[in-house]
Amino acid sequence: MMNVIPRQTRGGKLLTTIYTQRHLLVMSVPIILYVLLFSYVPLWGWTMAFQNFRPSKTFFQQEWVGLKWFRFLFSDPVFIRTIRNTFMMSIINTTLGFISAISFALLLNEIKNVTFKRITQTISYLPHFLSWVIVTGLVATMLSVEDGAVNNVLQFLGIIKEPVLWLSEPKYFWGVVGATYVWKELGWNTIIYLAAIAGVDPTLYEAAEIDGCGRWRKMWYITLPSIKPTIVILIILSIGHILDAGFEMQYLLRNGLVQDVSDTIDIYVLMFGLQRSNYSLATAAGLFKNVVNMTLIFLANELVKRLGEERLI
Amino acid sequence: MKKRYNYESYIFNTVNATIMILFSVIMLYPFWNTVAVSFNEAVDTIRGGITLFPRRFSLQNYKMVFSTGAIFRAFFVSVARTVLNVLTNLFFTSMIAYVLSRPNFIFRRQFTVILVVSMYINAGLIPTYFLIKNLGLLNSFWVYVIPTMVSAFNFLVIRTFLRGIPESIIESVRIDGGSDYTIFFKIILPLSTPVLATVALFVAVGAWNSWFDTLIYASSRVKLHTLQYKLMEFLQSSQAQSRGAGDIGAMALSQQSNMVTPMSIRAAITVIAAAPIIVVYPFIQKYFVIGMNLGSVKE
Repeated sequence: MMNVIPRQTRGGKLLTTIYTQRHLLVMSVPIILYVLLFSYVPLWGWTMAFQNFRPSKTFFQQEWVGLKWFRFLFSDPVFIRTIRNTFMMSIINTTLGFISAISFALLLNEIKNVTFKRITQTISYLPHFLSWVIVTGLVATMLSVEDGAVNNVLQFLGIIKEPVLWLSEPKYFWGVVGATYVWKELGWNTIIYLAAIAGVDPTLYEAAEIDGCGRWRKMWYITLPSIKPTIVILIILSIGHILDAGFEMQYLLRNGLVQDVSDTIDIYVLMFGLQRSNYSLATAAGLFKNVVNMTLIFLANELVKRLGEERLI
Repeated sequence: MKKRYNYESYIFNTVNATIMILFSVIMLYPFWNTVAVSFNEAVDTIRGGITLFPRRFSLQNYKMVFSTGAIFRAFFVSVARTVLNVLTNLFFTSMIAYVLSRPNFIFRRQFTVILVVSMYINAGLIPTYFLIKNLGLLNSFWVYVIPTMVSAFNFLVIRTFLRGIPESIIESVRIDGGSDYTIFFKIILPLSTPVLATVALFVAVGAWNSWFDTLIYASSRVKLHTLQYKLMEFLQSSQAQSRGAGDIGAMALSQQSNMVTPMSIRAAITVIAAAPIIVVYPFIQKYFVIGMNLGSVKE
């Protein structure tokens, strides 16, 4: 940067720096303004949650109603139900996700044939890259009452006598969503555990072998405790997303028969906001979710930092 | 003693391999089956029993899907948005990553905070909708491109990579009279090819798979529908139909000919929507894993 220092230096240190870094400023300031516009300016829209918002009026003409919409939300059984649904599906998905990913990583790690291992791994990531539209379409086909593979297999094995209406009965919906989530994300979720397992000190296994440990016991007493820090961090971070049950899965799998258990906060926002044009109510619901979410994510990150581990962003 | 372990090990390996094969079948079968259905004669499919291979091979479903022109157009919209998303995102994100990787850049701290915090805050659906509306982007093709030009997550990934480029290379260009533009275009971009390839793949998959922005910002303009959105419409309408409710898209298409059914049309569109990813997937898979590891490096 030496060669671009301007001849006159009376403009002060700040101006000199701005001049020497003018190219960097030209490259960065528009992008930062763009980020401010698209990520920060919409926060102003939260004011809608405290108004009787009418799109035809200007900001100064809007009628302010205080906490009316929040009071409405928390006395609305439909909204309370969406909180329950969001929370429950999030817990189910997270729990199933953790258990399946850790078990799969442990089993995959025991495969000694490199080619077989790589092929299995490649297949396991595949659904992660397909869209939710495709995945839910496949799930609907597999669970179909007419010649659906799941019903066919279960009937063949004699577990069920009649085909089950997997997608139309409320009692199955959370399970279907959980299974769909695991099917799509299992392989992807194992990557981080496989990386952690690869870092385990091999001498520990040798020592265990000398002590007479078999494969199971090595897995249980060495691999699992060694990756415990990774598991703990991921569990804490996932708590930050407890109100993020996913939106696409439920939106694409739901139907009128299961809406009591399928509708999440995001679907409530979409229904009331964009379909019934009650913008204030929808903004209030979204505001509630996002503030809880941001707070939890922040706390989870802080907690991980306190534990003295690397912060994962 | 040793023998017992070998025996135990043998059983373990067999059971484990069986689990893995079963698992792979569960992962692959739904898609494989859809491919088989899409190549099977529609009327024959109704009889049921199509599993791994078409019983009566036919290209009729695909001919039907492409005959209306709507899917062709949607395919083109999807390709266009994917290409533009990748180009703009790579360009702007790597540019800001370069600037904020300069150790003595005057606003380095402030700008980095603005970017990183933007990952955590989320104004929500309705306020964002009004921003897009006020910017005049509703029902415009640019709604697919303009809101997604910079990604804070990809910024962190690229910056982590840039930190590995020796400062001495950058300084030597500067001493030779190169400006920051020269450094960025002639040095940084070429040297970052590996990380840019990874980020490009992330962005491309995300862009190709997205349908929600079409639903909220452009659903009333049929010309702007993406392939995933079209598929979503078909799936929703054919599901509604199988439940006995009303129906729109898939039926309309299938009624044009009694040779095809909503189920077969759906299978064909699913295959078309997934094909680009399935085809390139085996070759690019390792980049995704590299990217995942780069992204998890601490801030």
